[in-house]
Amino acid sequence: MDIYKALVDIVGEEFVSRNEEELYIYSRDSGLTEREKPDFVVMPGSAEEVQKIVLLANKYKIPLIPVGASLTLSGLAVPIRKGIVVDLRRMDRIIEVNRLGRYAVIEPGVTQGKLKAFLERNYPDLCHSMPDAPPSATVVGNILIHGQGNLSQLYGFNSTMVTGLEIVLPTGKICRIGSCSLSPYWFAVEPLPYLAGIFLGWFGTTGIITKLGLRLYPRKRLRDIEVFVLDDPEKVADVVYRITHTEMAEDVITMEQPYPMMFRDVVLVQIYFNGDSEEEIEFKRKMLWNSVMNYIRSRDGGFMFLTPDVQEDFLEKPASSVTRFADVMKGGGFVYCGAIIPVEKFAEALRKLKEIAKRHEITYGHVGRIVGRGHCMMFSFSFPFNRADRASMERAKEALHESYLATLELGGIPWKPELFAQKMILERMDKNAAELMKQIRGLLDPNGIMNPGNWEVEP
Amino acid sequence: MMDIHRCFRCGYCKFPDDFSKYNCPPYARFRFESFSPGGRLWLTRAFLNGEVDFSKHLSEIIFSCTACKNCAENCRMGFKDEIVDWIVSARREILERGLAPPFVRDFLENIRKYGNPWGLPRKQRADWLRAKKYDGDDYLLFLGCECSYEDRGRSMAKNFVEILERAGVSFGILGENECCDGNEVFMLGELGLFQELAERNKKTMSELGVQKVIAISPHAYNAIKSYEGFEVFHYSQILRDLIQSGKIKPGELRKTVTYHDPCFLGRYNGIYEEPREVLNSVPGLRLVEMERNRKNSFCCGGGSGNFVFDLLRGSYSPARERVREAAETGAEIIAVACPACKAMLDDAAKDEGLKDRVAVMDLSEIILRCGIS
Ligand SMILES: Cc1cc2nc3c(=O)[nH]c(=O)nc-3n(C[C@H](O)[C@H](O)[C@H](O)COP(=O)(O)OP(=O)(O)OC[C@H]3O[C@@H](n4cnc5c(N)ncnc54)[C@H](O)[C@@H]3O)c2cc1C
Ligand code: SF4
Ligand code: SF4
Repeated sequence: MDIYKALVDIVGEEFVSRNEEELYIYSRDSGLTEREKPDFVVMPGSAEEVQKIVLLANKYKIPLIPVGASLTLSGLAVPIRKGIVVDLRRMDRIIEVNRLGRYAVIEPGVTQGKLKAFLERNYPDLCHSMPDAPPSATVVGNILIHGQGNLSQLYGFNSTMVTGLEIVLPTGKICRIGSCSLSPYWFAVEPLPYLAGIFLGWFGTTGIITKLGLRLYPRKRLRDIEVFVLDDPEKVADVVYRITHTEMAEDVITMEQPYPMMFRDVVLVQIYFNGDSEEEIEFKRKMLWNSVMNYIRSRDGGFMFLTPDVQEDFLEKPASSVTRFADVMKGGGFVYCGAIIPVEKFAEALRKLKEIAKRHEITYGHVGRIVGRGHCMMFSFSFPFNRADRASMERAKEALHESYLATLELGGIPWKPELFAQKMILERMDKNAAELMKQIRGLLDPNGIMNPGNWEVEP
Repeated sequence: MMDIHRCFRCGYCKFPDDFSKYNCPPYARFRFESFSPGGRLWLTRAFLNGEVDFSKHLSEIIFSCTACKNCAENCRMGFKDEIVDWIVSARREILERGLAPPFVRDFLENIRKYGNPWGLPRKQRADWLRAKKYDGDDYLLFLGCECSYEDRGRSMAKNFVEILERAGVSFGILGENECCDGNEVFMLGELGLFQELAERNKKTMSELGVQKVIAISPHAYNAIKSYEGFEVFHYSQILRDLIQSGKIKPGELRKTVTYHDPCFLGRYNGIYEEPREVLNSVPGLRLVEMERNRKNSFCCGGGSGNFVFDLLRGSYSPARERVREAAETGAEIIAVACPACKAMLDDAAKDEGLKDRVAVMDLSEIILRCGIS
């Protein structure tokens, strides 16, 4: 069977490649992942084309790797066993925005940037929960890895904001989940049995999402920030508890890094809040200040004075400072273990991060995001490297692996884990839960074609 | 290029500043990551490291960059101003290794031999234009290759010459002695040839005592600015001055117009307002902006020689996308200030079947259309 020709028949010649250049680019990501090249890269333009590709792959048992922007930095969209990379970014329509119901229906190629711009232009009183990933990241990719955005402190992981899904199942059936399975509305996946869970967090191993219903939230006219500075990490958990208790904050971010010098050895707690009027903003500011007044009085912490430049930098959405971390060593890259941990483990996690960095003679950075009202947090163990220096890449890799281990020791779970960490998780997971994962996958994908290698439970 | 590994392939550079659309023309056209600025940089590095062999496809990836500078505008890293230089250096490396693809080789050879990318005879450069030769006038009018040989460019030159004459501006042209300004040659990585062309033009202009130059093409404007020693104006600046000083007074034109910013005028040289001031000076004319304007303008796809070899052609071409975007504003006229943009967008309007809805006209043509006094 001439697979190339079959793919051309499905999507047209312009959107299939077996050129070395595309195979090279799709065999690696912006982190440390470099793998074997795929056989083909294909860019479908519709759910029907996705379906045909899946049927073809199924017939010939060829691995399929769905790709958004491949920006997880853990190689989750990089082929492990060759096969066909399915770049979904041509499917980038914002199909519907239901203003009163506050949800949007989008295709998988819609980027964070596009959705943000579209809402700002057409629905200025609505927004979605935006991660600080580059704006080129896809909304669906972020949802599928249980990402967190600027509204996660208020509403939880971004994946809890799903209101419906259309999926091409690994056998080629197109399936809808949630209210859209029986109604023209995409308002919720509830009150039906919670099938969405079979697809969220599975890294594309259970099907290809071709439409997503997503909750939108009120966007206030004004947004502001206060930055609380502490030199004792042990106090961070309590500070977060007090701040989240006010229910005045939108987003709560923690940060600790050796550069620039002014930030060295202090923890910054960035508190974002918003309002439709100055009055609302000032009220919230006051509540937030009052919540940590005891620390101010005891001189254990205080709010930072922000110059307009610094304030602008903090308020940028997405925060490009996170991306710029890749350039701190002038090396074009960084990796991070995003540890989902209890907030009370903050100080211990920070200690471990510093120890790991010291041991591997590598610089580090930490950015964390509170999820829910302190229900947990994403704590990043971040390590920059220099792409032109193999030794620095190795050091970053070792530090990363150690961070995964540290996360598990803390009672946390590595988020968007690369293969190595997936194995660590599966080894430690309740055996019956791991077995259940295997059974579900076997049932959905009998030929094992979907992003194989990921979440694979050893026999 | 020492620092090319610093690209993180994060993709900020694909967008305008509000992230609404893909704004790197080859990426918007082909959509494979390899055609994005980051993909191009990573592949360049892989080629230089010997990880990827040279191929026709690689040459298309590297030469389809129109040097529009959107990436430099939107990359968030400290090296952003070097991105286009890296791409130019990659091209130079390809040329030096004798690997130039035929379309680039022909382009450069024609310029080397005939002084224009089409290989047309030198004497045809200005034999069609009734304008006096430069002879110590206030301004030298520099036409550039597109305005000398290409129909749409020629009509721009004719219109502008008419306005200058009617306004009583003292100017002259170089005629056959004008030589390609070299902007595209530079962008394609042939720095030696660029220097030759620059020296030649500089010599001709200096010998004639030229001090002030008006360039119609933003590409020529950009190149001549780098020659140094001359005061260079873009024709939109002259038009604006003529209107402001009352030397010409545009008549009424009841049309909705949108303006397309050329990369070498806008992002390269920061000239955004003068062309708009010209349009706003026309009574009755309603200027509407496209979603992507000024520093966020979407390149027509013609830069870096693509107005000749057009690697981005096809129904997803940037020019066609741009014409659709212009039509969405409800404009009846797309105003341009660059001969390459004019030809690219004019062809695209035809291909899109939008020619009856939106006319592509340059600033001078619009001014003449409304009548001047
Ligand atoms: C600088 C930086 C900052 C970041 N900050 C954040 C942050 O603040 N919050 C956060 O949550 N994340 C963050 N990330 C992580 C990540 O980039 C984002 O979560 C991003 O949204 C992932 O989207 P993507 O399009 O890159 O997904 P991809 O990496 O392309 O895909 C993710 C997974 O989903 C699968 N997949 C993709 N599309 C489909 C589909 N349609 N159907 C089935 N499977 C599919 C892929 O195979 C892969 O396994 C950051 C990353 C970087 C580089
Ligand atoms: S050029 Fe800049 S913005 Fe573009 S991918 Fe590279 S680092 Fe990111
Ligand atoms: S200069 Fe323009 S075409 Fe070239 S890589 Fe940058 S954005 Fe793309």
